Amino acid sequence: MATTDVAAPKTMAMADFKGRVSPDWCPGCGDFGVLAAVQKALVELQIPNHQVATISGIGCSSNFPGFIETYGMHTLHGRSLAVATGFKMANHGMTVLVTGGDGDGFGIGGNHFIHTMRRNVDLTYIVMDNQIYGLTTGQTSPTSRLGMKTKSMPFGSVEAPINPISLALAAGATFVARGFSAEQKHLTELLKQAIEHKGFAFLDVFSPCVTYNHDNTFQWFRPRVKKLEENPGYDSTDWVMAMEKSTLWGDEIPIGKFFERTDVPTLHGSEPVLNAGPLVHQDIRLPKDVAQSFIDELM
Amino acid sequence: MRQSFAVGIGGAAGQGVATPGDIFAKVFSRRGLHLNAYNAYQSIIRGGHTFLTIRTGPEKISNMGDHLDLLIPLNQDTMDRHLSLLTAGGACLYNSDLIKPGAAAAGVQLCPIPVSELADISKNKVAQNTLAIGAALSMMGIGFPALESVLAEQFRKKPQAVIDENVNLARAGYDYASQHFKPFAWPLPMTEMKYAVLSGNGALAMGGAAAGVKFYSAYPMSPSTGVLHWFAEHARKAEIMVRQVEDEIGVINMAIGAAHAGVRAMCATSGGGFALMSEGLGLAAQAEIPIVVIDCQRAGPSTGVPTKTEQGDLWQMLGAAFGDYPRVIAAPLDIADCFKLIPEIFNIADRFQCPGIVLCDLLLSEGRLSVDPKEINFYPEIDRGELITSNGAPHEAYKRYKITESGVSPRAIPGIPGFTHVVSSDEHDEDGILISDEYTNVAKRRAMMEKRMRKVDGIAASVPPPQLSGPANADVTLIGWGSTYGVIDEACELLREAGISANHLPIRWLVPLHGDAILDLLKNAKHTIIVENNFSGQFARYLRSETSYVPNGHIRKYDGEPFMPHHIVEAVKEQLAGNTTLSVPTHEVMV
Repeated sequence: MATTDVAAPKTMAMADFKGRVSPDWCPGCGDFGVLAAVQKALVELQIPNHQVATISGIGCSSNFPGFIETYGMHTLHGRSLAVATGFKMANHGMTVLVTGGDGDGFGIGGNHFIHTMRRNVDLTYIVMDNQIYGLTTGQTSPTSRLGMKTKSMPFGSVEAPINPISLALAAGATFVARGFSAEQKHLTELLKQAIEHKGFAFLDVFSPCVTYNHDNTFQWFRPRVKKLEENPGYDSTDWVMAMEKSTLWGDEIPIGKFFERTDVPTLHGSEPVLNAGPLVHQDIRLPKDVAQSFIDELM
Repeated sequence: MRQSFAVGIGGAAGQGVATPGDIFAKVFSRRGLHLNAYNAYQSIIRGGHTFLTIRTGPEKISNMGDHLDLLIPLNQDTMDRHLSLLTAGGACLYNSDLIKPGAAAAGVQLCPIPVSELADISKNKVAQNTLAIGAALSMMGIGFPALESVLAEQFRKKPQAVIDENVNLARAGYDYASQHFKPFAWPLPMTEMKYAVLSGNGALAMGGAAAGVKFYSAYPMSPSTGVLHWFAEHARKAEIMVRQVEDEIGVINMAIGAAHAGVRAMCATSGGGFALMSEGLGLAAQAEIPIVVIDCQRAGPSTGVPTKTEQGDLWQMLGAAFGDYPRVIAAPLDIADCFKLIPEIFNIADRFQCPGIVLCDLLLSEGRLSVDPKEINFYPEIDRGELITSNGAPHEAYKRYKITESGVSPRAIPGIPGFTHVVSSDEHDEDGILISDEYTNVAKRRAMMEKRMRKVDGIAASVPPPQLSGPANADVTLIGWGSTYGVIDEACELLREAGISANHLPIRWLVPLHGDAILDLLKNAKHTIIVENNFSGQFARYLRSETSYVPNGHIRKYDGEPFMPHHIVEAVKEQLAGNTTLSVPTHEVMV
């Protein structure tokens, strides 16, 4: 179908990406910084807001699409990547951002996370990782540290956390990065690179929960995070080096771009069906000769 | 009585039952004969037992029938299990090197083929199959050239030597039979028609292509996998995006994403996969995104009997996903209807922005039916409903979930300047903004629920009420839904021949049901019986819940196999005699 664009080209400003409602996150929540960085990145890249789809799951950070003016889709807990894959396949002309939290992405959505990475779907997946379940009032998440006490594990977690960076590298993600909500400029730069990357871009962002996570706070992260970009010997095209760095956790926690490769075709680029342009703009009627050939096969 | 001829071919999986089946189907359909085929098989790749019935004749063949005219057992096991299905005038063609005949009914011709004398069995392990096909066609009175051309086509991807070898074998079988066996009393006629042979799964997929489906996603699950196979094979030609997904949760959510982007999206599964999809179905309902989901039912619960048929998922469909929302559920009546139904249900799903569910089953999905190619219309009416695809006209601030009298809010396709909005699985206001985080906004919740549910009336008005077929004042009225259509239709005919007038009320649209129209049709019925392929009478219970109607009796079957006409005829007789109100026919043949 034709989706005609008769609007004059317009310069995008921060106000164009301001959502109709103000975020209702707790004061001081890390997610505010992520929202601001995403809006800044889109403005700096000058992507028109109607060409952006922001798709989320369920959780505090998944309320994100309501706070940014784009084509938003607030889906089910853990299912955002599956919905986003279908969306991108039907209209690969649009920029697709997927937002959510660590429980949404690595817990209930873990299966979709792995498979979306191996498919190299061309989208940007931003996980606001606060290492806790916030909206359900503070339970252990897949990234909660071993020993962390929560309402669901009051005597301390006995389960080792997932390492999202190592997992993404192992699953074949073609862009893997980590940001910190308090490092606005750095995060904005990472987001711009992630959005421009042709393929699956994964961005794990430390976005501290000021209400329920008293272990991994802004204060805890600040002295620990070290930018990979400031390490002259670091080569983000080296997968082995990226894997090694991904295991660092403690006094030094690397943030920045761990890995990027550009030689893997995207899912939509691998499907000849899309050569004729986005699926949504294609004719839905079969050509007469094709329809006839389907009948001939049955005779 | 309809003239028909039924061939049964059985053996272990891997013995090559499918190929003779395909060859017979081609020979019959090109001769202008109708056919209906059903394969009873096990969930096993090699070994076990599989039995294919192909029934043919000059008029429509609606089911596999009650008996066989020709049995081709490829092993002893098949001979032992199925010989009793042959009645007087029938014949059994078997490899006399390996198989001992059993005790056949009077008038059944036992036809031993000395395979090792006619073929070099060290070179060709399926020589017995080809010899038997040749012999069978000779006895049916069909000229050899018809078979020769089908064989050449069947083995077209093989070297010429393979084609020649098979043609020679078939010829040897053909000649041997004409010298040694009696031809059938009823030589197969020929008509001017040429029929297409459709599988139910192929028909569902082609119906999707005709409806304009541009995105199909699936996870393999019997008996729905054939739909995926058709789409995968034809995707590039038809320009359809086909994805095999990690699980059925991903399947339905991908379809929803594609549908939201503006294309028609469909997926198919069986009961177990559908269970995983029900969460997604709720998202489609709440966000008002049209999708069509096909459930090819198999015997449940759980893994159940993966290769056997049942109509046991009705209540799963009625209750799928929590909360109240408008949905459409339809059950195709036969394989041709699998094709026709898909564009119809897509139009309703699109117009009312709600999920559509197609309740098929293994009997139709994996069965085959001859269809007049003129009935395969790839250009049906397409109605995509109230879509906004351009920002050409000036407009007010767009509200995705605008409150309207019909309950339908115009849907802007993402990508248009000036129409950015949020769709949501949370309850929302007209603007798509969540109200779940507001302090109990009762007015907005109520308004939005009523807006969605107003669509129910529009949906009902767009679906025709069911109709009775057969004489008005019948002794008995048989009520069925979906795939039992064909077998009930033939049972009615057999009952009329036995002096019992019978009519038939087939239900195709399950939601909306048109309960008042059904009550009106049934108010003068003398004796009503609901026939269904499940244990608890799922449709009977649904009809009662919607209309308070209680029939006089029930005929149910839940052994994994479909009804045969005589099961229904005998059950009707025992119920009219007052012997019971619930008949559960025994499937005589262990398949």
